Amino acid sequence: MEEIANLFHGFAVVLQPFNILVMVVGILLGVIIGVLPGLGGANGVAILLPLTFSMSPTSAIIMLSCIYWGALFGGAITSILFNIPGEPWSVATTFDGHPMAQQGRAGEALTAAFTSSFVGALFAVVMITLVAPLVARFALQFGPAEKFSVYFLAFCSFIGMSKEPPSKTVVSMMIGFALAAVGLDQVTGQLRLTFGFTELLAGFDFLIAVIGLFGIGEILLTMEEGLSFRGKKASINPRVVFQTWAELPRYWVTSLRSCVIGCWMGITPAGATPASFMSYGIAKRVSRKGHNFGKGEIEGVVAPETAAHAAGTSALLPMLSLGVPGSPTAAVLLGGLLIWGLQPGPLLFVEQKEFVWGLIASMYLGNLVGLFVVITCVPLLAAILRIPFSIIAPVILVLCAIGAYTVNNNPFDIVMMLVFGVVGYVFKKCNYPLAPLVLAIVLGDSAEESFRQALLGSQGSLTVFWSNGLVGTIMVLGLIALFWPMLHTAWSRMRAAATAA
Amino acid sequence: MIDNPHPASGSGPSQRLVEIGVCIFTGLIGVIVIIGSLRVGVNWGVEGPKAGFFPFYVGLFIVGGSIINLLAILLASRSEALFAEWGQLRQVMSVVIPTAIYVSVLTYVGIYASSMALIAFFMRRLGGYGWGMVAAVSLGVPIVAYLMFERWFLVPLPKGPIEDFVGL
Repeated sequence: MEEIANLFHGFAVVLQPFNILVMVVGILLGVIIGVLPGLGGANGVAILLPLTFSMSPTSAIIMLSCIYWGALFGGAITSILFNIPGEPWSVATTFDGHPMAQQGRAGEALTAAFTSSFVGALFAVVMITLVAPLVARFALQFGPAEKFSVYFLAFCSFIGMSKEPPSKTVVSMMIGFALAAVGLDQVTGQLRLTFGFTELLAGFDFLIAVIGLFGIGEILLTMEEGLSFRGKKASINPRVVFQTWAELPRYWVTSLRSCVIGCWMGITPAGATPASFMSYGIAKRVSRKGHNFGKGEIEGVVAPETAAHAAGTSALLPMLSLGVPGSPTAAVLLGGLLIWGLQPGPLLFVEQKEFVWGLIASMYLGNLVGLFVVITCVPLLAAILRIPFSIIAPVILVLCAIGAYTVNNNPFDIVMMLVFGVVGYVFKKCNYPLAPLVLAIVLGDSAEESFRQALLGSQGSLTVFWSNGLVGTIMVLGLIALFWPMLHTAWSRMRAAATAA
Repeated sequence: MIDNPHPASGSGPSQRLVEIGVCIFTGLIGVIVIIGSLRVGVNWGVEGPKAGFFPFYVGLFIVGGSIINLLAILLASRSEALFAEWGQLRQVMSVVIPTAIYVSVLTYVGIYASSMALIAFFMRRLGGYGWGMVAAVSLGVPIVAYLMFERWFLVPLPKGPIEDFVGL
């Protein structure tokens, strides 16, 4: 088992003192990011990305991925104590978590949430350990046409699975592609879409878009809602923790089901948020205590939290093995790889063994460290939430500005950040999804390159995307994902007709 | 799916109007992309597809999608839902305008001094804090940022005359 040996080598890398320090710092920063309104996984990682410029790629990815784990953990705290989801994927956690806190069972709810997060993440990491190398080895045979078909599948699933109207998702995504195309054309070396503005020569950096759309946009939304925190007091003592741990194994079926849902939704780029809702919904329908859901049922905390973390973690699988991120945060991590000089994609597993397995090992350890950090720090983190928004907001604005500047040392980027922020606010209010836009900015250049290379090989004939079984299958899967809502309604109508007849 | 937590108690721009505006905005982006692509060539050259080939179709998709979105709004029954109340928008602008000023002066003044001013302004105007508290936070945050970015992680931040004067 070469993988196991590699994994242990990875652990050896992670257990270097500097890397452990980086891991703990990352988790702490991540939890704070997850707790603060206006800072989420994606833009939190984007803002802190410049901190890693002087590190080795392995330490850098450990720190950034740990920020991500921390943010995933942190979202649960605000949901349960304040009924304010710190992250979209913890909305479903508020349904039962907050009622539990109101009944004075906050400690129980938090322990259940953190532990389920850990279980979900662990399941996903085990899956990544086993599956990612296989996928990568398989993907090594991919030519440009296959590569493009994978991008095609990813973007089609976005359109098909989105809650928003498909035309809005398409517009949002295509604006992302357009922004990615601005500047130097990678293939011909020609300038395009700059209209003579020197500021646009380098194109739009997706990190700026992430910080603006998610960070500034979120602050504007919070200002509009006039947020006021009225939280429940939280204290976790060891007795409650152990009692809850003794109770949790009873929900293993829910847990396992949520893990599977989460992993599936994470790999296909549906993401953590729908995964948590779907898992909650199914648990509610299936569970014997289903009628009690929404009134403070611990199973109603376990289901969404497990799924959200499984999804958040497994989103890294396509990012690592194919170079296609499954979520905006994974996209930011992918951007990090490019900045550190690594080429994302299947070759990583061959050329950058230490990096890949260090990252996978850090997922195991990071989640374990995260679990202990959040359980011990809950009162402290709850105190952060009591800081009034009139202090938090300008501090976050300053952090966003610093983050945006440090990406390219370009003051124009800070202006763009504000523009993206206002656009993000309006788009969000009008139900335009932002994740496809960001992913399209990240993947735009590589998707275009593989598309054009494939066409070059076939002298411009689109049949190249159906030229062999592999590429054809992926393209068909993409089309199924694209038209999934229509196929689904057609299928249920046919079944209804069949049962009626 | 529009969940408006604020029923139409006050007045403000309607959701419908803003959505129409967004469609026009995205449509214009699409048109600009198409024009830009046409300038560099959208068909096949000697070395394969020209630089504008891919963005041209992207632009077409944006325009097409925007038109569909626009039709969807125009054909839907008129709803009275508000985008936001004027009071709420005033709150939003109270962040956007100071931030816009902050962003535009930042290059000339340097990030530390302008950050101090931004934080102090927010805390005084929106939070109504006493000067002691304002001074503590608005001085503390830039100092922490300086230590963290420039000292520990060796990332330079933009500086202006004031930072030069202090000798950072």
